[in-house]
Formats: sequence, structure tokens, C-alpha cells
Amino acid sequence: MSKYIVKRLIMLIPVLIGVTFLVYFILSMSPGDTATMIAGEGAEAETIEAIRKEYGLDQPVIAQYGKYMWNLLRGDMGRSYLTKRDVFTTIAGAFPNTAKLAFWSILVAVAIALPIGIISATRQYSMVDNVGMVAALLGVATPNFWLGLMLIILFSLKLGWLPSGGMNGWQSYIMPAITLGTGDAALITRMTRSSMLEVVRQDYIRTARAKGVPEKAVIRKHALKNALIPVVTVIGLQFGGLLGGATLTETIFAWPGVGRLLVDSIKSKDTPMVLGGVIMLTITFSVINLLVDILYAFIDPRIKAQYR
Amino acid sequence: MAEQKKDLVLDIKDLVIHYETDDGVVEAVNGIDIQLEHGKTLGLVGETGSGKTTTALSILRLVPDPPGVIKSGSIKLDGKDVLNLPVAELEAIRGNLVSMIFQDPMTSLNPVLTVGEQIAEVIALHENISEKEAQTKAGDMLEVVGIPRERYGEYPHQFSGGMKQRVVIAMALACNPKLLLADEPTTALDVTIQAQVLETMKKLREQYGSAMIMITHDLGIIAEVCDEVSVVYAGQIVEHGTLEDIFESTMHPYTEGLFGSLPNIEERKARLQPITGLMPDPTNLPKGCCFAPRCKYCTENCAKSRPDKKWVSDTHYVRCSRYEEPGFQIERRGQ
Repeated sequence: MSKYIVKRLIMLIPVLIGVTFLVYFILSMSPGDTATMIAGEGAEAETIEAIRKEYGLDQPVIAQYGKYMWNLLRGDMGRSYLTKRDVFTTIAGAFPNTAKLAFWSILVAVAIALPIGIISATRQYSMVDNVGMVAALLGVATPNFWLGLMLIILFSLKLGWLPSGGMNGWQSYIMPAITLGTGDAALITRMTRSSMLEVVRQDYIRTARAKGVPEKAVIRKHALKNALIPVVTVIGLQFGGLLGGATLTETIFAWPGVGRLLVDSIKSKDTPMVLGGVIMLTITFSVINLLVDILYAFIDPRIKAQYR
Repeated sequence: MAEQKKDLVLDIKDLVIHYETDDGVVEAVNGIDIQLEHGKTLGLVGETGSGKTTTALSILRLVPDPPGVIKSGSIKLDGKDVLNLPVAELEAIRGNLVSMIFQDPMTSLNPVLTVGEQIAEVIALHENISEKEAQTKAGDMLEVVGIPRERYGEYPHQFSGGMKQRVVIAMALACNPKLLLADEPTTALDVTIQAQVLETMKKLREQYGSAMIMITHDLGIIAEVCDEVSVVYAGQIVEHGTLEDIFESTMHPYTEGLFGSLPNIEERKARLQPITGLMPDPTNLPKGCCFAPRCKYCTENCAKSRPDKKWVSDTHYVRCSRYEEPGFQIERRGQ
């Protein structure tokens, strides 16, 4: 098992090289001159040239990338073009905010999705199932930013119950977590339902019933553990996505997280900041994926046997 | 008329089960009667889709619903009216008074629970003992079916097909059931393993004194383990009798057809004689005898009404209208 984990972590290196390379080149090809952006509007031509030299932007892109990677290898992620602050410190400052929001969002999602998914499957075509599935459809179809705005209009502007943005106390978590959680909940609900429906038709469920296992225990003990495998994957992927920063939701709720930081950096062509954010995103996403795979082994002994 | 059997473990009367789907009503079981004494083994023989498994599932009241509907009939299991029992009592019976061995051992064990846990579960459910004692007893059961108890903590995927079926058998016998339903327990296994598993089942059944219903399409297995045989065709028992009645004094043309399609070991050049045609569409059964369209003895009368039971001895009945005619005999009898 530990050998497997080390192997997976080593595989992260080529992924990181690939991702940074792609992002670097895409940014360099995007319109707008970086040096002009840094210098600010109305700057003199000489100032711009000086900046270009200072940041090494006059060199070929491949050389710039090489230099960046060399610095990265020594643990230096560079400084923001814009704020001049150290990239690592900035991201390390924003990440906990994103992580907290991601945690509460996924908690909201799972708390809604699992019970509804299970009930929907065990009482297929019942009232609960039909209502649940329509709600899930609505949840998937509703764009996050729209839901976020609607919540702000209702609870902040009209009722004045909750703060419309920022991160001050537990009240400010409620709306962003609901906004992010409901969308994910919809997907997890459908996944749980279909996975559960598949499992309850299996022969071993019939065996369990034939043994006299009460129906509730059949679902809880025999069906759920089998049905959870694909559901755990989806939850993991969603959580990984959330940890990478929910750009739209964070922007709407003025959440001081990685997502908003990344959007602002892309807008201002702040290459070191964007790269730093992307590297962080890649690592968290890969690590979450690895954790999900490890979790599989605890759910399904057949998978555990393969991790050698 | 047949004598009334006493001391029945299972008494099924006129059982009718339909699967009501959007595409039509599948008439799976059409008036099956089964009377089984304690400790006896009944073979249900017939081809795929003849309603054997549905009948067995109905004894546990596990016919998938929807679409399965038990239209009429009664099932008395050791005196208990299965079809009208509250769910809690039903769950107390399943795995305890009656248990079932399923056809495919590959899929009938839960892949995420250890085999030991799965055996211990049924014991803990039905016997008033501690978790620890249930585990010990589950280990004993593993040894009974010839699996070392050290393998208690292993998962089904670590077992071969034959061993999995032994685990299923251990599970089925763990609570010493009065009736064991074996639904083609060896069909999914290869021939050498089949013999081993059958041997295990036979030995244990005798040891535990359970009655058994053996569902199969293999007449060899029937000859090996059964006391009585019911030949099922299109959801009806077309012939029933003791093993001797069925094998030595075959009456029904369908039963004769089953024997005719077996290879003859004495006359190796003899060609197999398959029953021509296919089972009738169960959503659209013929009005008369269901076997009539495939029967070489069929007359005009046969298509008119379903034949009633005709008792030819105390133990043997047949559903075939040709026996109304004096002197009628099938070819097998003439030989």
C-alpha cells in the first residue's frame, strides 16, 4: 500500500511539469503585453522597456519558463508582478479560506444527497423519488452564480439576515456553502440513486434477504457499502474541484480564497501568481484523487488486493 | 386418489404467480401443488423459464414485486401461512426455518463482506447467542463444508467457484433449516466440482435431516439425490411421482422427451431425440395443454382444455388427456 502511494506521488511530477508548461505558454500567447500591464496605464515607453528587462520578459518564452522551473525547484515560486508579494505566502494565505468553504460545501452536499439518493432508490417511483429527482435536475441545471445572486437578493438585501460577502463569522459561510453545496448535491444524489438501484438488483442482496436480514439492514449493511464506490469518486472529484477554488462563487461573495485570487491574477496577466495557483490546484486535486483511491481499498477488498 | 400425506413441512396449493409487465402478463406459475414431508427431497425438473425458481422464491416470499404478483394459492410452511405472514415474522423464518442456495455462487455472496461475516450474520440473526459465539459457530460451519476455519476473514473474491458455493451451503445450513431450497446449485460449476458439491449437500442434508427441494434441469442430479420428482412445464406440474414412478414408469410425453434427450450409455450410436419446438410464450399460453404444440401424441382434444391431474397410483399423477383413452401408452412404456 505505501509503495503504491509513493508511486502515485512520483507520478505527480510529470503531471506538474506538463500543467505548468501548458499554462505558461497559454498565458504568453494571450493578448496584452505583460510589461505594459505591470507598468500601469499611461506609463512611458522607457519605463515599460526597463520593466521588461527587469522581469526578464525580453527573453524567449522557453527561456523564461526554464528559469521559472529552476527557481521552482529551489522552492521559489517568485513574486507577484502586481502586488510584489511572495506568491507562496499569498496562496498559503488564501488556501485555508477556500478549504474551509470547500469543507462546508461538500458537507452540505453530502448531507442532502446521500439520504435522498438512498430513499429514492429504495422507493423507486415513489413520491420522495419523483420530488427528489426533479429537485436534483433543478440543482444541476441552476447555475451557481445565479443561485448565489438570488440568495444575496433574498437574505441580504430584502431580509437582511446574512452578510452578502466577505468572511466574517459563521454567518458568512451559509450562503456560499449552500450555493456550492446544492449544485454538487444534485449530482451526488443522482449518482447515489443509480448506484444503489444497480446494487439492490444484485444476487447477493437477494441472498441477504433470503437469510432473513431485515430490509433496513439489507440496505445499510449489504447494499450501501457496495453502492458507495462510484459515489465516493464523485464526492472526491467535487471536493477536489472545490479546493481548487470556486471562482464564480468566491467572486460573487467576495470570498478571500484561491479562486478569486486566480481570476484576478489571470485578468492582470500576473504569470507567477497564476502558475502558483495552478500548481496548488494540481497538487490538491491529485492528492484528493489519491485519497479517494485509498478510500476505495477500505470499501472494496477486491481493489485492496490490486494495490501492490 | 392419493392418500393424504401427514407431517408436511411444505404444503403449496394451487399457486398462481404472474409477472405483470408493460409488455404483457407473464404467466410464470399456473397452479402448482407441492406436498413435501419432513426430511424428504423433492426434485423440480424442467427447462429454463418453466417457473421453477419463481416457485422456490415464493416460498420465501421473495418473488420480485413489482412485477411479480402472487395471484392465488396458499403456501404453508411448517404450518405457517407464508403468504399472509407479517414481514417481521417472515424475516424470522427466512434463513432459519427455510433457506435457499442460489444458482450462481459467483454473484450470490456480498463482495465487500468476509465469508465468515456472512455466515455469522445469519446465525446471529436467528439464534439467541452473542456475536462471539456466532463467529465461532460460523467457523464450525466452514469446517463442516470442508473449508479451513482460518479462511473466515477472507473475501469471496479469494475463493474459487466451488468453494463459494460451499460457503453458500454453509450459510444455508447454519441455522439447521427444516426446508432447504436448492436452485440449480451446481449449474454454474464445472463437472468435477459439481460432484463434490452435490456430495457435500447430500451428506449434510442427511446429517441435519432437512427436507429439500432440488431445482434442476439435470435428470442425473435428480436420480442422485431425490425421493420424489415433479416435472414442471410452463408453470404447471405435468407429472409427479416417486423417483421410481418417474424413471421406471414414465407417463407424460414431456417427461419421455426429457429422457429421450439424454445420451444413452449402452447404445452409444443412438442419436439424441430432442423435444422439437420451443416452450410456449409465457405471455400467451395455449388454451389447452401447454405441451400440445410439441407433443407427438397430440390429438384435437388436447388443444381444447387444460388436462386435470390423473392419479395412476397413490404416489403418481400425470396431466395428460390422452390417458382418458383406455389403453393409451407412450412409446417409452411400450419398450
